[in-house]
Amino acid sequence: MIQKTNRLLWWVLSAALLISLIPVTGYAQGSDPTDDDVNAVAKQLYCPVCENIPLDACGTTACEQWRGIIRDKLAEGWTDDEIKTYFVNQYGDRVLAEPPRRGFNWIVYLVPVVIFVGGGYLFYRGFQQWRSPEPDKNLRKKEKTTPKPVKLSEDDINRVEEELRKRSQG
Amino acid sequence: MVAEIGFGSLFISLIVSIYGVIAALYGTSNHQKKWVLSAQQAMRLVFPLLTITVGSLLYLLINNNFEVVYVSKVSSLSMPLYLKITALWGGQAGSLLFWSWLLAGFTSAVTIKKWDRDQDLLPWVIVVGLGTLAFFLVLNTFFENPFVRYWQVNQDIVQSFSQPAGGFIIGPRNGSGLNPLLRHPGMVIHPPMQYLGFVAFIVPYAYAMASLITGRSDDRWIQLSRRWTLWAWLFLSLGLILGARWAYDVLGWGGYWGWDPVEISALMPWLSGTAFLHAVLIQEKRGMFKQWPIVLIILTYNLVIFGTFLTRSGLLSSVHSFARSTIGPIFLVFIALTFIASFWLLSSRWDKFKSRQELTSFFSKEALILISIVLLMGMLATTFWGVIFPNISELITGAKVTVGPPFYERVAAPILGGILTIMVICPLAVWSYVSFKHLGKLLWKPFIVSLLGIVLPILGGLTKVPAVIAFWLVAFVLAVNGFEFVRRTRLRRKTESENLLEAVTRVFQRNKRSYAAMIIHTGIVFMALGIIGIEFFQTETQGTLAEGQELQLASYTMEYEELQIFDTPDARNVARAVVLVKKDGEVLDEIYPRRDFYYDSNQPVTIPGVRSTLVDDFYVILVDWKAVTSEGATFKVYHNPLVKWLWIGAWVIIFGVVVATWPEKKSSMAVSKNARPK
Amino acid sequence: MKKILLWGGLAVLLVFLSIGLYRSQQGQVSKGEKAPEFELISFSGETHRLADYHGSVVVLNFWASWCESCKPEAKDLEYAYQYYLNRGDVIFLGVDYVDTEPEALGYLEEFGITFPNGPDLRTEISQAYRVRGVPETFIIDQNGIISHVQIGPYSSFEHIKSTIDPLLD
Repeated sequence: MIQKTNRLLWWVLSAALLISLIPVTGYAQGSDPTDDDVNAVAKQLYCPVCENIPLDACGTTACEQWRGIIRDKLAEGWTDDEIKTYFVNQYGDRVLAEPPRRGFNWIVYLVPVVIFVGGGYLFYRGFQQWRSPEPDKNLRKKEKTTPKPVKLSEDDINRVEEELRKRSQG
Repeated sequence: MVAEIGFGSLFISLIVSIYGVIAALYGTSNHQKKWVLSAQQAMRLVFPLLTITVGSLLYLLINNNFEVVYVSKVSSLSMPLYLKITALWGGQAGSLLFWSWLLAGFTSAVTIKKWDRDQDLLPWVIVVGLGTLAFFLVLNTFFENPFVRYWQVNQDIVQSFSQPAGGFIIGPRNGSGLNPLLRHPGMVIHPPMQYLGFVAFIVPYAYAMASLITGRSDDRWIQLSRRWTLWAWLFLSLGLILGARWAYDVLGWGGYWGWDPVEISALMPWLSGTAFLHAVLIQEKRGMFKQWPIVLIILTYNLVIFGTFLTRSGLLSSVHSFARSTIGPIFLVFIALTFIASFWLLSSRWDKFKSRQELTSFFSKEALILISIVLLMGMLATTFWGVIFPNISELITGAKVTVGPPFYERVAAPILGGILTIMVICPLAVWSYVSFKHLGKLLWKPFIVSLLGIVLPILGGLTKVPAVIAFWLVAFVLAVNGFEFVRRTRLRRKTESENLLEAVTRVFQRNKRSYAAMIIHTGIVFMALGIIGIEFFQTETQGTLAEGQELQLASYTMEYEELQIFDTPDARNVARAVVLVKKDGEVLDEIYPRRDFYYDSNQPVTIPGVRSTLVDDFYVILVDWKAVTSEGATFKVYHNPLVKWLWIGAWVIIFGVVVATWPEKKSSMAVSKNARPK
Repeated sequence: MKKILLWGGLAVLLVFLSIGLYRSQQGQVSKGEKAPEFELISFSGETHRLADYHGSVVVLNFWASWCESCKPEAKDLEYAYQYYLNRGDVIFLGVDYVDTEPEALGYLEEFGITFPNGPDLRTEISQAYRVRGVPETFIIDQNGIISHVQIGPYSSFEHIKSTIDPLLD
């Protein structure tokens, strides 16, 4: 019974996750794109020339021209994805905010997963160990009796007192 | 003349640093105390010497000595005095000098304390401190000399420090001035704070290395460096927050953090530094997991050096990058040496640090701290990967890619959630032992209160599930801290029959660290609140308006009332829009987004007008690549809910660190009022 | 085992940083190097490959319509193109760097450019030549070796001529 509920929960969560991942696409044909419409697409792209600046925040003439292109394409009815693909074909993968998921780029997404799963597993294993530490077998072999108290010399005692005094004076 | 003084003192500092390293090494290997003491003197000297150097450069900047190449690059006649001073760190050479000066400040400061108890650590602290300083001074002297000047030799203009044959000094009439984006109060405080944060970590690192080298495995290095670590952490946190504040104020994209590679380079040492702070706690309180603090401080320090290397070497593409420089290769050598030395020492002393590692419960304080350290490290590893991946991709496939915000946010959000969750339980958790019954008893009341964090947002119309969960966690942490504080105060009042004020102050004094931690965590939670608000609920719009027209966003209306254009004495042309912020027809406020155009560098900067309340920020900025006239000005408007809590949180954190490092009275026995003999 | 991983990882990191640093310090493709192969599709649809022009001198000019400093040399380049046109063994190719087509065509029309120009799709060509900005011009000799790299605009037609004539008999 519990397993069935868990399964159901898993499906619901996965479905919710997948649905939330569907990007907002599509744009009604014909109407004049507003600045906001342009910015919504520009936000997802990076300036091909400047370093690490999103296309909606960039002030150069070139960026203004690129936003103009977005505006034109939106007016023609292109979707967000079509516009992004166009930019990639023109300027390369670096205009996207994330490496496109193909070929070598899969590594960038896999490694964090490995880090988390691997790290989590290592921690779990460590935790098991720390929960129940192995008794030190060697200890039992060597010590047959309780150790004898060590005699401190006068000198040592004085040094210890000196240290204690220093510590309490801080 | 002044340039000679400046360079002379710089060069002497370099010699003194190298001398200090050699003297300390010689003194300690031959057991000759006087050499070590001499090295200590050397370490004391570097700060005054470098102060002369910095003073000279400041003099040159303030007095418009444009024959000095650096001055003409970062300063100009029309800049106000405060900007000329901040120009000290406005370019690569000056900022490296500034870095060295701060580093010298810390290394010299370390010599002030009495070293009698730690004679064996002293030489190695000197070696590490002065050795690092010597490296940066080498960069300053031979690679990025800020005192280089323009000389005319026949028809050519040559840049050199010393006079070339047949050359005479030539001074341009004016400089190019600081990049307008840097002409902001943020420039005054963010870089210094950031550098302070970076550089301060050398102290705990030096102590740790000294401890490793001398083969000690005790806590002494942690005791010695505790205050330094707290302040270093505070400075680093403030550096990041100030950078965020500056970005918010000036950059005009309504945001505060862009996941830019240089920002991430500053974040990485913060992540491991925070982990280090917490690992130290476990070692001090329970004597366990002793390997963790030492690994973490080494990691933190190495990340600081690595971050600086990435920023200054031209390896990263970023808005923060300095101009291309020649220091890359030698920096890489220094990094290699530091990494290798640290790791080699660590691995050879590893077994000495084996300690009892026992966890009785998943909910004990040390377990919770360990989990939070693991989370922070996970975040660190992922961000590190994201920063270097574009370079890997280019190397292997030749394709340039961008690893941007979506990648990092996907990781940061769950981790922040996890940390908030831990922060719910940890004030209540006890060291080593946990009783679920006890925990439950302490948790149920805050839990009820925390439900407000779910109910109120939903009533307010919120549907985004992650946001609701986030608000709930925030409410929960605040409630737990609040209830715990009240509980302990009440307990004191009951047992010690003190009045409220006395009880509150005593509660702080008796367990200072615990309360400071509560305060700091509360500050973090406030920041989390701000982050949640702006990340989940920011809305924006853009439109071109003529005077008198309005734009709407998120139940507010903004009216473009009038435009004022004027010149200022510091060579700017200001186009200032008067904007009315209205809600339901009523005028709430008047704000002034403006565009400043700097004549000497031909560059515009836009400053937003912001109406900021505890509930939200209404943020209006002029779009500067479009015309600004009374017939038409283009405005970009952002509605940022709750963002003010980000900055409030920062103040709370500062307060918390001050409490934590407040000097303690010499410990006396705490006498209970009721214990007087009858 | 852990130690090997740690040291190995550190070594990989350092090697990787060295390579990255070296590459970032590298300037443009320089004189004496073999000119990287490329394929340029002009605005009018023709394909031009560097290999096709083996045996001729190739003038490869990188520009953009938003580039202010490209404008002074535009007319001079066209003039040079016309000057060498009848010889048939000096080829002019223009690579439009990170630009938008309408503006690019407008630029070409404004300066009366008639030699083939095309967009640098996916910035592949400028990456191959490690172009840092515009304008930059690469003169490639008949054997496909770079003979001159011009960073920034040419100052005049004579300047352009002086970098081409030495290659011709």
